Amino acid sequence: MKKFAHDFKVVGNNRLNPRHFVLELQAPVTLPGILPGQFVQVLIHNSPSTFLRRPFSIHFVDYTKNTLRLLVQVKGEGSRHMGMLNIGDTMNLVYPLGNSFSVPSSDKVLLVGGGAGVAPLMFMGDYLNRKKIRPDFLVGFRSADEVSQIKEYSEYGKVYLSTDDGSMGEKGFVTQHSVLAHSTLPYDRIYCCGPDAMMHAVAKLAAVRGVPCEVSLENFMACGYGVCLCCITQTDKGNERVCMEGPVFEASRLKWQESE
Amino acid sequence: MADLTVDIAGMDFRNPVTTASGCFGYGEEFRDFYDPGLLGGIFVKAVTGSNREGNKYPRMAETASGMLNSVGLQNKGVDNFCKVIYPVIKDFNTHIIVNVSGSTIDEYVMVAERINELERIPAIELNISCPNVKQGGMAFGTVPSTATEVTRAVREVYKKVLMVKLSPNVTSISEMAKAVVDGGADVLTLINTLLGMAINAETQRPLISTVTGGLSGPAIKPIALRMVWQVYRAVKVPIAGLGGIMNATDAIEFMLAGSSIIQVGTANFIDPMVAPKIIGGINEYLDRHNIASARDIIGALKAC
Repeated sequence: MKKFAHDFKVVGNNRLNPRHFVLELQAPVTLPGILPGQFVQVLIHNSPSTFLRRPFSIHFVDYTKNTLRLLVQVKGEGSRHMGMLNIGDTMNLVYPLGNSFSVPSSDKVLLVGGGAGVAPLMFMGDYLNRKKIRPDFLVGFRSADEVSQIKEYSEYGKVYLSTDDGSMGEKGFVTQHSVLAHSTLPYDRIYCCGPDAMMHAVAKLAAVRGVPCEVSLENFMACGYGVCLCCITQTDKGNERVCMEGPVFEASRLKWQESE
Repeated sequence: MADLTVDIAGMDFRNPVTTASGCFGYGEEFRDFYDPGLLGGIFVKAVTGSNREGNKYPRMAETASGMLNSVGLQNKGVDNFCKVIYPVIKDFNTHIIVNVSGSTIDEYVMVAERINELERIPAIELNISCPNVKQGGMAFGTVPSTATEVTRAVREVYKKVLMVKLSPNVTSISEMAKAVVDGGADVLTLINTLLGMAINAETQRPLISTVTGGLSGPAIKPIALRMVWQVYRAVKVPIAGLGGIMNATDAIEFMLAGSSIIQVGTANFIDPMVAPKIIGGINEYLDRHNIASARDIIGALKAC
C-alpha cells in the first residue's frame, strides 16, 4: 500500500477525560483506502525532546469528511503538545503504515482493548459493520473516570466493560471478565490491542480456549516505514518489523519476552 | 541553476546528497515518496558474511535532539544480498554503494570479494565503526594498526572504489584517517555514531537492551563537523561527511568543513522527503551566493 507524507489540518480536538482526547485531522488530498490496524507517524514539532515522530493507530476514518481520528493518551511532552492543538493548526503525518487486522471468516468476533489501546477497535467495528458483522467488544479501563465512548462502540456491537477498581462494569482485568470465563467461547476469532501485559494475557487465554487471536503491537520505533529496524519483535520467523510485517500479528507466532 | 555535480575517486555524483547506511534500507522502501534516482547516491544497509538477527528489543531510545540505537547489523547476509536484493535495486539511476561489515578480517574480505563481482555496484563502504556488535565492528576502527590491516586486506581483493567509514570513538580522528589511507582507502566516510547510553530513572534500567548504543542526530553535529574539518586538513582523499544533517544548511556546513559529498542519516526517519529537499536547498544557496558549482564550497571554510 502506497505511503504518503502530508500536512493535515486539525478539525477537532475533543477531550474525553483528563488523560485522553481525540484529534480529528483532515487530509489535504483525498484519503487513500485505509484498513483497521494501520497506523500513522505524527511529527510533533522541532523541540529537542520530541525529536522522532510518534506512532498512533488510526481510531476512525471518515471518508465523507476526509478525516482521520487519533485517540491520544497524555503521557509526555509530545502528547501534551497534541492536546493543545487548535482547530486550523496543522500536523504532518506519514500514513497509512503497517498491515491490518484480518477479515474474519465468520461473524463471531470479539474485539478486546484496554486503555488507549482501544483506539483501532472503533475503526475495526465500523469496518466489520460494513461487512455485515456485529462484533462484541470487551474493553477495560483503570476506573470509571476513564471509561469513554461506550455509546459509540455500542452502535457497532455489544459492549462488555471492566475496570481495574470495579467502579464501572466488572471489577478486574479484561481477562478476568465473565465473558471469557467459559471453557468454550462463542467466538471464532479475537482481535486485541492494549498494553503488552494485557495482550499477552489475552493471547494466553485465547490459546487455552482454542480461539485464534490477533494482537496489535506498539513497539518503540524511529521511522515507521521499515528502514531503521528498531521496532522488531521475535516471531517464529526470527526478528520481524512491527511497522511493516505488523503491527498486527497472529498471537501464536510471537515469542513473548518477559518485558512484554 | 548551479552545477551540483561532484566527482570523487573517479565517480561522478549528480549532486552531493546521498543517504547513509542503515537509514535508507535498500532504497526500495522510499519509492513511495520519491524516485531514488534524484539522489547523488545510496549507501545501503550493512551486509555481513551470513544472516544476523541483530540485538534484542528495545534497540532504540529517543534522546535530546537525537536517538540512541543498537540494531546490531541485522541483515540476511551477502548471499541473500547478491541473489535477492541486488536484482531489485541494481537499475536505480544512482550510485548504489554497499556498506560491508564483519566480525573478522576474513569476513570483511569475503563480503568485499562477493560485492566486487556485482557490475552495478561501483564502490563499497567498509564499516569498521559499528558500536553495536560484540566482535569486530568498532574494534577494527579504534586502533590505527588494525584499521590499516583490515583496509589493506580488503584493498587486495576489492578492485573498485574503496570507502572506509570511521568511528568517532577515538582519541585522534586524524590518526585513524591516515591509518586507513595507508591501507589503501580511496574515500573516507565520517562519522559513524558516538557510543552513548540512556537510563530510565524511574525503573533504574537502561533504555536499550545492550545498555550502550550509537548516538545520532543533531546532538552529534558539532563533533562530526569538527572531525570532518580535522581529517580534511590531515589527508588528501575525499570525504563523505555525516552526523546530524537535517537540512540544506547543515549539508553546506559539512561541505565547507571539507566534505565532497554528504550523507543524510537519522533525518530520513523524521521526514522521508528530506533528501530531495536538501538537494533543492543546496541549489538555492549556491544561486543566492552566486557560486557556480557545488565543488566550489568543498573545504571553503574561511578560517580565522
